[in-house]
Amino acid sequence: MNQSVSKAAQENAKNAKPERDMQQVGWNREQMAKRCAQDIEDGSYVNLGIGIPEKVAQYVPDGREVIYHTENGLLGMGTAPSEDELDPDLINAGKKPVTAIPGASYFHHGDSFAMIRGNHIDVCVLGAMQVSAKGDLANWSTGAADAIPAVGGAMDLVAGVKTIYIITQHTTKNGEAKILPECTFPLTGQGVVSRIYSDLAVIDVTAQGLVLTELAPEVSFEYVQARTGVELINALG
Amino acid sequence: MIDKNISSCATAVADIKDGDTVMIGGFGEAGSPIELIHALIDHGAKDLTVINNNTGSGRVGLAALIENNQVAKMICSYPRTANSLVFPELYRNNKIQLELVPQGTLAERIRAGGAGVPAFYTKTSVGTPLAKGKEIRNFDGHDYVMERSLKADFALIKAKCADRYGNLIFNKTARNFAPIMAMAATNTLVQVNQVVALGDINPEHVVTPGIFVNRIIEVANPQQESQLVKDGVVYPPMNKVAGE
Repeated sequence: MNQSVSKAAQENAKNAKPERDMQQVGWNREQMAKRCAQDIEDGSYVNLGIGIPEKVAQYVPDGREVIYHTENGLLGMGTAPSEDELDPDLINAGKKPVTAIPGASYFHHGDSFAMIRGNHIDVCVLGAMQVSAKGDLANWSTGAADAIPAVGGAMDLVAGVKTIYIITQHTTKNGEAKILPECTFPLTGQGVVSRIYSDLAVIDVTAQGLVLTELAPEVSFEYVQARTGVELINALG
Repeated sequence: MIDKNISSCATAVADIKDGDTVMIGGFGEAGSPIELIHALIDHGAKDLTVINNNTGSGRVGLAALIENNQVAKMICSYPRTANSLVFPELYRNNKIQLELVPQGTLAERIRAGGAGVPAFYTKTSVGTPLAKGKEIRNFDGHDYVMERSLKADFALIKAKCADRYGNLIFNKTARNFAPIMAMAATNTLVQVNQVVALGDINPEHVVTPGIFVNRIIEVANPQQESQLVKDGVVYPPMNKVAGE
């Protein structure tokens, strides 16, 4: 794992150069997805959330065979369809048209969520509003009184999938920390997150605390720590 | 002689009563039985509790049923989507109730209802606001929340193909909630693209066995919700005249 991490870091460092003009510091959205994709293992069953997590599929290294699950009832989700292939009856959980790969299967919602809740899916990649030091996740509601609450499958995914990866900007648009001692927004699940891929760093949730295992190019540990609401353990020494 | 074919959607929905609970299949527009929903709008039953993953889009189908003031309460996991205009406004004005349920819990509550299981325990929603007021029980060192099953007076679903016994096959991800809703409703109404002869569906390929189906209505060329929304269609058309 360490080897693949450092290899990925080198690769990202290399690829980060042409993108520097687009963002001041750290990884951009594509690079975050690409970094996460390095940790998707050959042969795994994977569910990708809407947004940046969806991009992970296009960066999984060649030679790894990964089966994508979409909770509305398809295992073996393929790429976006061409104009000719468009079928309103073949969509993903984000209600976007998709394709099915050879070897795909369709099933109803009871079976689809049995795959999730019965611990059959290996990895789920989701976005986050907040993550706590203990791996609590808040990603469905700000708790605002006038908002229309909507949860979808997020609570089922975090409760049932074996490994939960989070891809998120390290701070809010206003620069507030999203990694906190406790989430202030309503929870999606308690103690469910395994690893956080932010634009600045890769952080593992462990029994000892949050362990920073990797930094984005030209980002220092102190820079990350200053933007994190929890004291980080620096595995890079 | 068993023949579950009904001549029209209007006849099929005629005995839905005010106050009934109605499950409606579909995830977004995939699997939405739009002709049956429009027949229910024409029929006019009110104060319905409707169970669907979403709340429809535009001003057709489920959104139109809600706009027509026939729905007192929605039970769903995701009540807003890109084109959902009707529900958010009614909800903000306290004109419709919402029971928000995690999507997998919604599916399992429906499945349990169809299987005669009154309640079950799940890890989903433990420690979140959606577990508030529900029994928590520890099994093997983990907390689980108790969820009650869901049943309905009617289910309105869509399938690709049926025979007169009600055996069904579906189309791709349009299957979604339909098979479990068919199990959980007292009366399951299915609009199908095609009715075939007994034996034409390989028994190995039957997805929903006919025992879960009560009425079949052939709708050879169903309307597509996204196309209607794109075309600015409003159902029923008189609402448009009155509203504009």
